[in-house]
Amino acid sequence: MTIKDTLEETYAALSANKTRSGLTILGIVIGIASVIALVSVGQGASASISSSINALGSNLLEVLPGATRQFGAGVSAGRGTAKSLIQADSDAIASQVQNVQAIADEVTGSYQVAAGGNNTRVTVDGTSEAYPQIRNVAVDQGSYVTDAESVSLQKVAVLGPTVATDLFGTDPAQPDGLPADVIGQKIRINNIEFTVIGITVAKGGTGFGSQDNQIYIPLQTAERFLTGNSYLSTIDVQATGPDVMTQVQNDLTSLLLARHNITDATQADFNVLNQADILASASSITTTLTYLLGAIAGISLLVGGIGIMNMMLTTVTERTREIGLRKAIGARKSDISMQFLIEAVALTLIGGIAGIVLGSGISFLVSLSGIVHTSVSWQAILLAFGVSAAIGIAFGYYPARRAASLNPIEALRYE
Amino acid sequence: MIEVKDITKTYGQGDTAFQALKGVSFKIEDGEFVAIMGPSGSGKSTIMHILGCLDTPTSGSYHLDGKDVSKLSDEDLAEIRKDKIGFVFQSFNLLPRTTVLRNVMLPLIYAGVGEEEREKRAKQSLMAAGMVETHFMHKSNELSGGQIQRVAIARALVNDPSLILADEPTGNLDTKTGEIVLGTFQKLNREHGCTIVLITHEADVAEHAKRIITLRDGVITSDKKHQQRPARAHHEAQTS
Repeated sequence: MTIKDTLEETYAALSANKTRSGLTILGIVIGIASVIALVSVGQGASASISSSINALGSNLLEVLPGATRQFGAGVSAGRGTAKSLIQADSDAIASQVQNVQAIADEVTGSYQVAAGGNNTRVTVDGTSEAYPQIRNVAVDQGSYVTDAESVSLQKVAVLGPTVATDLFGTDPAQPDGLPADVIGQKIRINNIEFTVIGITVAKGGTGFGSQDNQIYIPLQTAERFLTGNSYLSTIDVQATGPDVMTQVQNDLTSLLLARHNITDATQADFNVLNQADILASASSITTTLTYLLGAIAGISLLVGGIGIMNMMLTTVTERTREIGLRKAIGARKSDISMQFLIEAVALTLIGGIAGIVLGSGISFLVSLSGIVHTSVSWQAILLAFGVSAAIGIAFGYYPARRAASLNPIEALRYE
Repeated sequence: MIEVKDITKTYGQGDTAFQALKGVSFKIEDGEFVAIMGPSGSGKSTIMHILGCLDTPTSGSYHLDGKDVSKLSDEDLAEIRKDKIGFVFQSFNLLPRTTVLRNVMLPLIYAGVGEEEREKRAKQSLMAAGMVETHFMHKSNELSGGQIQRVAIARALVNDPSLILADEPTGNLDTKTGEIVLGTFQKLNREHGCTIVLITHEADVAEHAKRIITLRDGVITSDKKHQQRPARAHHEAQTS
């Protein structure tokens, strides 16, 4: 029997009972569609978390002051609250640690900011010129603060887009909705007047504190007018490449331990956050989540497969006399088993294709709804296709064998 | 040519064993029209299964065109059925919801005959069995009982078999339609030289053959040439 003949037979058999074939296919459609949709949501979530972490800057190490510890079983006031990092630490890292691309010091605090009648409470970040490069911040209008402005204690500020719209309203005429003519306006931070010199490009929510809702001012201006001391709240260290992250982390840790006269590393008065570590742990969580979603969807696929087997067994019983007749006129065992196997595979493949279309559609709708940006990968489609064919073969094999092994005499007598 | 020698068939084992055939021997030459007649339980269905290569005898030999087919495997029997035997059953002869033409082509599809060739041969067989061209694309469930049997005859004919085996082909038909179907067999035998074996329990039907073998309780009680009775209303077979 040629392939074309087999396909014609299959079409005739499946179209003979459209409702039943349709419902059986539906089981596979739901299974495949949920695999595609749920895995794409999982991968989308994974990608968005990764990009959020990457948006913080690449090859980044953050040195934060340690927790303030009181003597005995005191309450820990939390990481970053201790006053342990100073400018000299940062300079030592810059001069003594190998493979450091750039370094930026930060002094941060939360302050009330007012402009005209509007006011908001935001993070004010005293930074240096190197900061935008290290932390992937770009300037949309105006310019960023310079080290010269820092040295001369200029009271200038660069606004995040969220702050800009909070203080000056939105301008629908602008493509990005940012207000125009903000450069040169005066704002009051903690009741001290600053001049706006720039607005940064929106980066979107990062999940770890939005960089859009910040004000950047020169480092020494912040130390002088806002915090009143010279302790740093963060030292951002950018390594020259991903492969030297660990070396830079180890070197700067031992350098700071030595500088702070600490011998026991567990008692360190600072913490080093490695961006790669954060990324790795976040992606291991999202990968597990994706597997979990895929497994749940896989169960419905299994149920669909059992539906196929059920239908094929019913079909074999119903068509016993037809099988007897086919055998009497010369069909071999292999002809019969191939016919039923192809029917089962056809059901799952039709269901698989419809499921891929439906699953991609659901994934697209989820993207449109803005919950998470999903992506249907080719691997997921190929996998779904392969799985549906495999289900057809696996669950069609037994009914096909049963049909092929029927005795023609008994099959012909079957009532 | 068919040569059956001392065939027995036993079903079951031990106490429940039942011997359906107790040593049957006969020869059928090419071009004969033989009726195998007997009441139910006489073993005629068993002989039909063995002649049709659907089953093998417990002992004895069966030569079909000089080849011993009594000890073949299921797969080899399927090959023999495909090449050498055409079946017409009492009922459920055709695939439901399938066109007349495709039903007739089915043995050729299994035999791997090319598309054009099998369509040509199927049409010739249908014509020979007295079907008219307007019915070729009808679905099998749109046909009358007599038409179904003639399509079945066309299908039995299509692979040019050594033997056409008809198992109670008129069992489900009224007398008049039955006569038309029997007339079709007679015509094929007379004009195309087809070898036909007709299994029936009705003497009236068996008389349409040229030779009648009578079975009773698994043995042949008579085997004689016989003046063939022409089918009544024979002309209808060609016109309707």
